[in-house]
Amino acid sequence: MAPWFLWLEKSWLGTSVNGSTWAFAAIEAGHLLALAVLGAGVFLVNLRLLGFGLRGEKVQDLARAARPWLLGGLLAVTVTGVPLLSSLALNKYYVNPAFWWKMYFFIAAILFTFFVQQPLAMGDERRSSSALGKAVGAITMILWAGVGVMGRGIGFY
Amino acid sequence: MALILDCCRWLESTAVSVGIRESVWTYPIIESVHVLGLSLFMGLLLLWDLRLVGFTLRKIPVSRMWRGLFPWISFGAVIMIASGVLLFWSDPVRFYGNVFFRVKVVGLALALANAMAFHFGIERSLVQWDTQSPPPPAARVAGAASIALWAAIIVVGRLVAYNWFKPLI
Repeated sequence: MAPWFLWLEKSWLGTSVNGSTWAFAAIEAGHLLALAVLGAGVFLVNLRLLGFGLRGEKVQDLARAARPWLLGGLLAVTVTGVPLLSSLALNKYYVNPAFWWKMYFFIAAILFTFFVQQPLAMGDERRSSSALGKAVGAITMILWAGVGVMGRGIGFY
Repeated sequence: MALILDCCRWLESTAVSVGIRESVWTYPIIESVHVLGLSLFMGLLLLWDLRLVGFTLRKIPVSRMWRGLFPWISFGAVIMIASGVLLFWSDPVRFYGNVFFRVKVVGLALALANAMAFHFGIERSLVQWDTQSPPPPAARVAGAASIALWAAIIVVGRLVAYNWFKPLI
């Protein structure tokens, strides 16, 4: 993987972000805005699966309403995340254990969300309102929380 | 202003401030909590504001939406305030002199004023427009203003980390 990280760091994107005083900070601020949008998509459905929040609504209705924010948030964290990574891909991120943990959590959270949580939320309401729904909601939130904590951890390594 | 600065200097000398500053892990942990709280608080507040604007979950009455989200938005706010106060406490003089921090404080005051204006204004007649689509202009404006203000607060909040400008002290 190291050659790819080096290529990214030496790319036009990487050298531009790294060479600018403002770029990293501005993109980082955008990354946080994206995090809020992603939070909207993640918390609405998972709190409901746990039996909290908008309890009067069907899980399916909330999952459908939350989907644009979930997908939009994912797109936005990725679009802002790649230039941040590119700035010092090899020298700061590749060598940083917190970065790799963040990526493992990120991949796990995406896979679990789209292959387990979403099918459950869009399916039979009795099933999504059962103990299974609670477990899935809790696991999904823990995985996303892991991404956030490890992401913050990158800056402290 | 000198009084505020004196308070910050005193805060800086307290055991809590010194403790957070000198510990390796305390500051990163509090900051992680602040970021996770951001996702919960801002995420749900965004949905609430979007409902006021009339962009999402239009079929759910505004009052029912508020009942469901209010405990979690409040919980998120408590996390944000508690972790935010501790972060400020760790280095009060630096934050006081940071231009972005001052803008953030103004932004927070404006966001609070906007929420109060909504609460004591259009919200009083909520029963009349609970299911109205789109919501009345005053509610839509309050929702849009809230989104804009909180987005600005997030951006300047991130920039507080940088010492690009001479401290204002």
